[in-house]
Amino acid sequence: MSFSVTEPSPRQKWIAGILVVGYALITMLPLLWIVATGFKSSADSIAYPPKILFEPTVEGYVNVFTTQTRLSNEMAQEPRENLPWYEQLVREKGNTIVGQSRYTERFFNSVIIGFGSTFFAIVLGTAAAYAFSRFKVPLKDDLLFFILSTRMMPPIAVAIPIFLMFRNLGLNDTHAGMILLYTAINLSLAVWLINGFIDEIPIEYEEAALIDGYTRFQAFYKVVLPQAATGIASTAIFCLIFAWNEYALAVLLTSGTAQTAPPFIPTIIGVGGQDWPAVAAGATIFLVPVMVFTILLRKHLLRGITFGAVRK
Amino acid sequence: MAQIMIRNVRKDFGSFTAVKSSTFTIEDGEFFMLLGPSGCGKTTTLRMMAGLELPTSGEIYIDGEEVGMKPASQRDIAFVFQMFALYPHMNVGKNISYPLVSQGMPRAQVRKKVAEVAEILGIADILNRPVGGLSGGDRQRVALGRAIVRDPKAFFMDEPLGALDAEFRERMSEELRALHDRMNATTVYVTHDQLEAMQMGDKIVVMNHGVVEQFGRPQEIYDWPSTMFVAGFLGSPAMNFLEFDGQLSMNRNSVHMNGTDFQIPTSLEGARGRLALGVRPEHVRFSDSSGYKGEVLATEYLGTTQIVTIATPNGSIKSRMSAAQPVSVGDMPGLEFDSRTISIFNVETGRALLSQANQEVLRHG
Ligand SMILES: Nc1ncnc2c1ncn2[C@@H]1O[C@H](COP(=O)(O)OP(=O)(O)O)[C@@H](O)[C@H]1O
Ligand SMILES: [Mg+2]
Repeated sequence: MSFSVTEPSPRQKWIAGILVVGYALITMLPLLWIVATGFKSSADSIAYPPKILFEPTVEGYVNVFTTQTRLSNEMAQEPRENLPWYEQLVREKGNTIVGQSRYTERFFNSVIIGFGSTFFAIVLGTAAAYAFSRFKVPLKDDLLFFILSTRMMPPIAVAIPIFLMFRNLGLNDTHAGMILLYTAINLSLAVWLINGFIDEIPIEYEEAALIDGYTRFQAFYKVVLPQAATGIASTAIFCLIFAWNEYALAVLLTSGTAQTAPPFIPTIIGVGGQDWPAVAAGATIFLVPVMVFTILLRKHLLRGITFGAVRK
Repeated sequence: MAQIMIRNVRKDFGSFTAVKSSTFTIEDGEFFMLLGPSGCGKTTTLRMMAGLELPTSGEIYIDGEEVGMKPASQRDIAFVFQMFALYPHMNVGKNISYPLVSQGMPRAQVRKKVAEVAEILGIADILNRPVGGLSGGDRQRVALGRAIVRDPKAFFMDEPLGALDAEFRERMSEELRALHDRMNATTVYVTHDQLEAMQMGDKIVVMNHGVVEQFGRPQEIYDWPSTMFVAGFLGSPAMNFLEFDGQLSMNRNSVHMNGTDFQIPTSLEGARGRLALGVRPEHVRFSDSSGYKGEVLATEYLGTTQIVTIATPNGSIKSRMSAAQPVSVGDMPGLEFDSRTISIFNVETGRALLSQANQEVLRHG
């Protein structure tokens, strides 16, 4: 039988495969639970023992997007055939839709604040990282360490001072305030990661472009950026995931206009009894943008996360 | 194409001086070698000429125009990097066309130019390939293509063969030289390999510790080195130095060393103290009539010639002689040096003393 130091045998591959799939299933279980709950009826969602097989319904999704009230007696008598499907669904439970819930609004707040702060963190982080990597910056190492040190403390530790500052500046519960805050928190990570990626790109590429007749900015834009794309993309994912999932500061600093989805979703529980399917539906929809973003950039992510260990 | 003049150029990195007051001239169309050991400031000198590094002081003229403080993009030169620096996110054709695109040349014309250059370099069939999978030789050709496509005023190459395998080096150095002869472009070529420099160069600058030691045609420098460093750096084996305490006055044609008189080219400069008689290995001969004897320590057979190591009263030296000559370890032959090719050095200063033979070379350089 042939034996190789680097190539695992078929049996080893099988064992490794089973372990990986098993691990993936275990870690995915809570996620599956949430997704399944979103499609259960209220009764099924709290059934004990839990139901693996159930009759799917989109009740939870309708509930999370709408506000409802009890049907009056006379409305209950009305024929339902001409009503839209979601109204029919609600009426079966003896309710009627009176308007949109605030979920959509909160969800878009998350989109604006999450992607907005990621955008600024990446633009500023790339510029700073390029400068650190390519120019003689006095006290460069100390500055870089200082930038990283802002990340060593959990952001919530400075929540109160930030709250007071925001109140004085009129930034409480504003989109601009939240974008500013998440940008500031993510920036240190962005500078560090992107600095590492740019350091890996030989300076000769830029010099070649300078010699070929391009300006410094063109060389940066046309030669450095495409090569740093992998690193920048993976950094963007990290930034987005943080801003998207951030809960503690959002609870403290937003309540209405600029409230993001994470502080909002738990409040669904309180509206009209414990509506677990609606909470699960809200959580599931909330997962989608980050998942899509990550899947779109996954090719870069896999290469980027190895921090340049994979050379071209 | 252009003449390039370097005048008193100096470069400091903080308190460290990488290049100390260099002065030399590269004539239009010359294949010019910057030669010296690693760390002597060759790359720094070349980068200042290219505009990738700004000189601390001094002037650089390209085609009569002072360009010392001009950015690289305005100097109209091409640079071939040691690692080639091909843009990894572009294919071969894009890499070659990139310098033309920056000039805003129309597309059809760009395509025509690229095809022309690819034809010259024999890479027409790989224009659509990514640069990632190319062999060293092909990378080298693409880098050259990117350099020549624009008809720049001059080509600068920093150890362009350094990254290639030994077998490729020879072939590429021939291609490079052929390409130069065909285009007649002013070329500045950095290398630490003295053999490469002598084989390929029209002219050579020898640098050491940031100082230009000598510049001139390869044979001039080889025959009449201006310093002991140059004498020792060129040639393999290098020039022999027989050191002795003595004196030499003006207009003498012999020197007294260890009780023997040696004929030398007529001296034009006197010196006393520690001196060295410099003689190339191929100019050391055995002679039964000579009273100056040495002991054979080792022989090294090289096919047509052999290198014989001999212990003399003034240190061990090497001789290159015909392999047909019978020599064995322990022999005590008399030694004779070709009197026309000897240089005398002042060991204190390391400089060659002026003589009738070397004055022409040393005075212009
Ligand atoms: N950017 C720089 N900063 C500080 N020192 C440098 C820099 N570039 C080169 N040097 C130093 O200058 C000297 C000459 O370098 P270089 O021109 O690259 O030598 P060579 O090409 O002859 O090997 C070396 O000692 C090197 O360490
Ligand atoms: Mg070098």
